[in-house]
Amino acid sequence: MINAGIVTVSYIAATVLFILALGGLSSPETARRGNWYGVTGMTIALLATFFGVVTENYTILLLALLIGASIGLLLAKRVQMTQMPELVAMLHSLVGLAAVLVGFASFMDPSTHFVGVELTINDIETYIGILIGAITLSGSVIAFGKLSGRIGGSPLTLPGRHWFNLALLLGAIWFGREFVIQSAAGGGMTPLLIMTAIALLFGIHMVMAIGGADMPVVVSMLNSYSGWAASATGFMLNNDLLIVTGALVGSSGAILSYIMCRAMNRKFLAVIAGGFGTGGGKVSAVGEIEGEVAPIDSQETASLLANAKEVMIIPGYGMAVAQAQHIVNEIVATLRAKNVNVRFGIHPVAGRMPGHMNVLLAEARVPYDIVFEMDEINEDFPVIDVSVVIGANDIVNPSAQDEPDSPIAGMPVLEVWKGTTTIVLKRSMATGYAGVQNPLFFKENTRMLFGDAKETLDEVFKAL
Amino acid sequence: MKIGIPKELHAGEKRVATTPDVVSHLKKLGFDVAIEAGAGAAASYSDEAYAAAGCEIVASSNDLWAQSDLIMKVRAPEAGEIDLLRSGQTLISFLWPAQNPELLKTLTERGVTAMAMDSIPRISRSQKMDALSSMANIGGYRAIVEAAQHFGRFFTGQITAAGKIPPAKVLVIGAGVAGLAAIGAAKSMGAIVRAFDTRPEVKEQIESMNADFLLLDFDDEDGSGEGGYAKTMSAEFIEAEMALFAEQAKEVDIIVTTALIPGKPAPKLITAEMIRSMKNGSVIVDLAAEQGGNCELTEPEKVVVRNGVSIIGYTDLPSRLAAQSSQLYGTNLRHLLTELSPEKNGEIIVDMEDEVIRGATICTGGETTWPPPAPKLSAAPPKAEPEPAPVVVEKKPSILGPVIAVVVGALALLGLGAVAPPSFMAHFTVFVLACFVGYMVIWNVSPALHTPLMSVTNAISSIIVIGALLQISSTDNLIMWIAAFTVLITSINITGGFAVTRRMLEMFRK
Repeated sequence: MINAGIVTVSYIAATVLFILALGGLSSPETARRGNWYGVTGMTIALLATFFGVVTENYTILLLALLIGASIGLLLAKRVQMTQMPELVAMLHSLVGLAAVLVGFASFMDPSTHFVGVELTINDIETYIGILIGAITLSGSVIAFGKLSGRIGGSPLTLPGRHWFNLALLLGAIWFGREFVIQSAAGGGMTPLLIMTAIALLFGIHMVMAIGGADMPVVVSMLNSYSGWAASATGFMLNNDLLIVTGALVGSSGAILSYIMCRAMNRKFLAVIAGGFGTGGGKVSAVGEIEGEVAPIDSQETASLLANAKEVMIIPGYGMAVAQAQHIVNEIVATLRAKNVNVRFGIHPVAGRMPGHMNVLLAEARVPYDIVFEMDEINEDFPVIDVSVVIGANDIVNPSAQDEPDSPIAGMPVLEVWKGTTTIVLKRSMATGYAGVQNPLFFKENTRMLFGDAKETLDEVFKAL
Repeated sequence: MKIGIPKELHAGEKRVATTPDVVSHLKKLGFDVAIEAGAGAAASYSDEAYAAAGCEIVASSNDLWAQSDLIMKVRAPEAGEIDLLRSGQTLISFLWPAQNPELLKTLTERGVTAMAMDSIPRISRSQKMDALSSMANIGGYRAIVEAAQHFGRFFTGQITAAGKIPPAKVLVIGAGVAGLAAIGAAKSMGAIVRAFDTRPEVKEQIESMNADFLLLDFDDEDGSGEGGYAKTMSAEFIEAEMALFAEQAKEVDIIVTTALIPGKPAPKLITAEMIRSMKNGSVIVDLAAEQGGNCELTEPEKVVVRNGVSIIGYTDLPSRLAAQSSQLYGTNLRHLLTELSPEKNGEIIVDMEDEVIRGATICTGGETTWPPPAPKLSAAPPKAEPEPAPVVVEKKPSILGPVIAVVVGALALLGLGAVAPPSFMAHFTVFVLACFVGYMVIWNVSPALHTPLMSVTNAISSIIVIGALLQISSTDNLIMWIAAFTVLITSINITGGFAVTRRMLEMFRK
């Protein structure tokens, strides 16, 4: 048994190590070390608690730890990089569940005795902790379902859903008041359970109403919630380590959500309110585009690429779906061997979670110094000979700039049409998630390469 | 269906209607292709190359015409060739039905289905079959090459040890396809290029090629006619235009004229007077020579020198780049056949409902089908009436919102501070500071690492396990088991999160 002072010092050390872990992510070189800081911090915190706080039931604790850890390792080993968003969503749901469980356990714990204002505050903290935890839990489960395709990706828009949400919110507040009153009298379990149900329902409804293209926002938002849940639990337990760590994670998720929203020129609230192109705003009348698309075959694509000096590749979710990242890397390697300057342009919301494309490309061993963010390369398009758009649509849609009525108007997009030639790989002429026609496909310097991205790229690679 | 490619008979014609490369594409569409021996020789395509692409070589012209269902040519058939056409056969080539009514009559009488490459309507869908544009492009390029041949100086400016060389000045009149090609070629050789056109909408295209658009101080008239061509302008306009040319003629070294008005003789833009004012050694290339020429002194198909100015009136510029023009023309034909054979089974269907096919077909089954009904869409849609500029009410970001937010926030904090016990406030301080630290740290995270960021934050948010550890020693069995379960799921998260982050970071390599 070590004394409380040492436990506190260990917690401070863990806090610092967590901050360093996040700070390390500023570049890939330091990130690996950062991850180890995180592991060390977690280990220190666990050991200190283990020896400083826990007094009984060591066996069960160790058993639970071991089982959990092995499942975690197995998951981490097995997961495909294209499934990362699903894994992250699932892990978020676990944090949410843990927050709910810890909250309930703490409420039921007979050993805590607060009175007066302290009791009220502790009750509110418990209540909020469980509320956020439950929203995180059900929201993440739905997000997991949507990302893994078990639930359809299209937004579910119930009539009067905003009123429904409002009713849920008011209900949660009202039961919160009930809970505080009843808790002072020694009860309170019923309102707490009802509120948990409301929060679960709210989480489900919230994520159900959000369309596939907004998933990056949802995933980062849930990331944020899981942090706030941890923080609220920290308040409840008077534990600064939880508060700080939760706040770090919460603000991290919030910033990611903000970045994602900005990348789509959407208001955070509008995303949460759900339904792309269905939330008020008039649907573009300019949807129909006159024109003919010019198809191209793999052979011609290969010769265009081989004869280019500057090539830009713009991957989208379609590349992940087709698992085409490896063949993309082989094509890139071949072209680079021929002294073609190949670069990647990544839109912040490409894929299903922040940084999704970068991870996929890294998995395929694309060197990260040729992978650029939109802001870094958007001005280079006029000198690009060939841009290859793989399974992306809305993020290269010129109507975001040209048509003020378009549902995606004002969204920053990669200006591929300014290059000499653009080749778009696509399965069909279907629209993107925003349901907006893409005038890019009808531009004179655009060529369409129809078919499954992986198969067509295989052919292109052979032709090279 | 068998496609026959005869050798062009017209004197000096070097082009051929297909190339080995195109043949391989035609085979994919299901056609058999036969070519007259030596047909591609003048365009540097050997019989062997055709044979290698799967083309049958037929020695005799008569045999070829007899066995083919579809004849593809460049020039309209000559007298001897018309006799070889039989009823039911299809002929695709340049035919110029407006200029050759006799030919049209004969073709109709013979029951031939004839498609004129020059009559394909100029709509955006048919651009890939637009042989006129392909040929005009080559003509414009070649015009500059011919000009260079007759011009005794560099195009580009240089500063050499032996002195300074000024760049040549080129004036291009008419910025259609040919004009733009000429601008591009002259520009890439280093000349200073100016261009003039009566259609104001081409200004942008000219400027996009880094040439200067000569603006006429005459703002009311738009010279855009039907189908992307120019129309005849008013007398005042022409006067102002001529004054501009007279001015320019004194200054420029090379003039390329490409001004054509459909169905009319070419407008005379460069007078003998202007030519006299030009510098000795200057060159004029008149791409309108066939239609009478834009220049008064042009003699079609010849190069003449008048007052020291070479005036080039060649009418066969595309044929002078035979390999290139055969390739482009062959590709145009291939695109037309792709449209004609939607099933890709080597059979053609002349679908008179299709606007492009309807426009190109000048006679079929003994009936003349030319001229076609007016096309629905012109290449550049007529300019809409300028809309009244919308009155933009500059929406000032309301300062009220943030102020209210700050006030509400401050009040809430004050209220909290008033009732909350000190221990809560201590935690609250830590919380707020941690949020700021998080804010500072996270903005520095490289966007490429956002996914690892999420997984690592996921792992560290499982610090919530501490809560469960605090509870696991409870004497209450239910709480103990809940806590044990919480430990289990959070430890999945801890190891899973860190391990997957590590796995991802290992993959990021230079």
